Amino acid sequence: MLDFPKWKIWSIAATLLFGLYLAMPNFLPESVLRSAPDILPTKQLNLGLDLRGGSHLMLEATTDDVLKTKMEALEDLVRSELRVVEGGAVSYRDLSMGKDRLSLTITNPADLDRALAALRKVTQPAGGFGAVRDTDLSNNGTRLTLTATSDGVARAIDSAMAQAVEVIRRRIDELGTREPNIIRQGDTRIVVQVPGLQDPAALKALIGKTAKLEFKLVDVDADPVMLAEGRAPPGSQVLPVLEGGTLAVKRRAIISGDQLVDSQVSSDQNNQPAVSFRFDSTGGRRFAQATQANVGRPFAIILDGIVISAPRINEPILGGAGIISGSYTIATANELAILLRSGKLPVELKVIEERTVGPDLGADSIRAGAIASVLATVLVAVFMLVTYGRFGWYSVIALFLNGILVLGIMSGIGATLTLPGIAGFVLTIGAAVDANVLINERIREELRRGRAPISAVETGYREASRTIFDANVTNVIAAAIMFAFGSGPIKGFAVVLTLGIITSVFTAVTVTRLLAARWLRRTRPAALVL
Amino acid sequence: MRLLKLVPDNTNIGFLRWRNVAVGISLLMILGSIVLVGFRGLNFGVDFAGGLMMEVRFENAAKVDALRRTVNAAGEGASSIQTFGDANTVSIRLPLPPGDEAAVQVAVKRIQDAITADSPDAQFRRVETVSGKVSGELIQAGGLAILFAMIGISIYIWLRFEWQFGVGALFALVHDVAITMGFFAITQMEFDLNIVAAVLTIVGYSLNDTIVVYDRVRENLRKYRKMGITEILDLSLNETLPRTIVTSLTMIIALGTLVLFGGTVLFGFSVAMLLGIIIGTYSSIFIAAPILVWLGVGPSSFLAADSSAESRLRPQQRSERKG
Repeated sequence: MLDFPKWKIWSIAATLLFGLYLAMPNFLPESVLRSAPDILPTKQLNLGLDLRGGSHLMLEATTDDVLKTKMEALEDLVRSELRVVEGGAVSYRDLSMGKDRLSLTITNPADLDRALAALRKVTQPAGGFGAVRDTDLSNNGTRLTLTATSDGVARAIDSAMAQAVEVIRRRIDELGTREPNIIRQGDTRIVVQVPGLQDPAALKALIGKTAKLEFKLVDVDADPVMLAEGRAPPGSQVLPVLEGGTLAVKRRAIISGDQLVDSQVSSDQNNQPAVSFRFDSTGGRRFAQATQANVGRPFAIILDGIVISAPRINEPILGGAGIISGSYTIATANELAILLRSGKLPVELKVIEERTVGPDLGADSIRAGAIASVLATVLVAVFMLVTYGRFGWYSVIALFLNGILVLGIMSGIGATLTLPGIAGFVLTIGAAVDANVLINERIREELRRGRAPISAVETGYREASRTIFDANVTNVIAAAIMFAFGSGPIKGFAVVLTLGIITSVFTAVTVTRLLAARWLRRTRPAALVL
Repeated sequence: MRLLKLVPDNTNIGFLRWRNVAVGISLLMILGSIVLVGFRGLNFGVDFAGGLMMEVRFENAAKVDALRRTVNAAGEGASSIQTFGDANTVSIRLPLPPGDEAAVQVAVKRIQDAITADSPDAQFRRVETVSGKVSGELIQAGGLAILFAMIGISIYIWLRFEWQFGVGALFALVHDVAITMGFFAITQMEFDLNIVAAVLTIVGYSLNDTIVVYDRVRENLRKYRKMGITEILDLSLNETLPRTIVTSLTMIIALGTLVLFGGTVLFGFSVAMLLGIIIGTYSSIFIAAPILVWLGVGPSSFLAADSSAESRLRPQQRSERKG
């Protein structure tokens, strides 16, 4: 055991140096790091939101909305396909929409084959051979039914979520915050982490709005009595108005916010804050046509299902740009402009979990954690020295190297240090020391049994190693389960604990053995003080 | 230099003599803990109960009563407000408001606005809201994690030792976890995700301790074939006692600094760990070891293993005698 082959010594030294190399950026100021040559690592330890302050939001999509949007789009598609069927429009009646199905009856049975052919085109899967269809078409006589398949629903949700992540990213970027972390979790959830954010209210306001902008014609023929009862004529719908009351508008939108290319804060003719917008070229053309055809009639500007204003079209709007005015402040106008610029969310997202930590609480936590870690290390070191003398020194050196290794590996792999992670680090000190306690106590025992120093140390290390291995495997099992089941901060704890246990076995067993072996070979002591 | 020896050489304490008393007390404590958790319940934090928690700091000492009126007027349901750490800081807890998943967000906004209107110097240091759905998932994940950790570790011990050791370790674990939970039920300290992490760590640590003892038991069973099981266990416990004491002390030192200086957020976690270390140490000596007697562990338990590869690797072990 005292013979350490050269390669072993070198690999131990190399491991320790590599740890030091990875840990180094944490001890250097930012200015040095920026001018450092490329071969030096620059990754500092990642601090969790609980330590540097910031907001963690978990959002969940209401998937019913996705299905509803999909069915509405399907309805639009079916209507337009049946209008442009080869050989003249097919007429139908009793179009009804369920949760996941759309049914209609073909008025003239002679049109059935043409209608089926047209609708088959609708249900034809995109992507050619092997693609799975999103909707199934079936018919019972002249009653045709389109049903969304579970694959189709899953795909719709998936693409809506992917799009939602992009929209959220654009919106948060507009806030000018640094390095937001936006990740999908599971099928219908998105986790948003924004470090260093002072006011999560603004963030939540930005994320929580769908920002679906629509322009619809006002149904001027609607019966005011029916309207008061909340009923609208066929083809129209009743919507609440921002300033109070309700308004009947045509179901079909002239144009939607999807075709917006820009939106900015500006001011209206009364010099009040307002939001200007501009359509892309197709959108601009459609807007021009629609306004041209409806001069003199009012149209409604609708945001998230609420009528913001319903101005009269005085003249065709040809430039593809317009202004939304209402009772805005600069701040709310700016928020709306951001929302319109970044596009509408394909699903409604609700905040189901929020954890926000102010930056000064984070700083307090770091300070408390650092004090506790340093103090714990010093006290444990003193205790080890008093109890085991020279061998205590070896374990203190091992403890220090273990700290460097954990720091280095965590910086290197980009793991995040959380507050429970600091606690995990303090616990690792305990675990690291335990290995040395086991070894040293075993050596004491062997000395008591009358073994010579070298033989006692040898037996001590060998016998204790097995125990150390078994004891630490159980800790790693516990940590692995924490990692698998835990959320956020707990994961941070599990990472530090696992890393710390592995590195501590290396430093507390291998490194101290090397130190002890070199000393024993050099001095060949006749008696051991332990 | 004279080194510190906390346990004198040749200490010989008859731990096993007290096994009936110790296990009796432990069984009572486990039973009491279960009853306490069942009837008094745990004081679940926002993680598990849902609802909202805020830490608010004011420039001067917080007026808790006025604040309670403000919050209760703005929110739905009774708030619980306590000073937190120092007199200027309070923690506000509110149960899950009725309504859908987003209702708790609405409540946060209203309460924050109301507090800011009353005291513009209010600083929201921490805001946590958890909806009912998420808290349900967290409870489930936390419970499963503790259960799987206990089972996983017991299986590992069964594979490394014998089935009796696995059962003994599992029982010691149930003991430690139950009593820790009982402590949280008595003190009504907040039970949240951090505490689950603490319990899992206790599971790991307590096992660590148990394994050190079991490892020595196995070694001595092979060494002293003629010795009775209670003598073997007492010998093993006494031989490992110095290590048990020193390690527990270092853990207590490390955790003690966390309790005293680790800050308010880590306080509950550190207290749970500290308690767990003490219970875990006790259970390895007074629970895990005696169970081996009742489960019939004897010198023959490792006969099969003795003829296997492991003993052939270390033939010198058999000739050793205490010197």
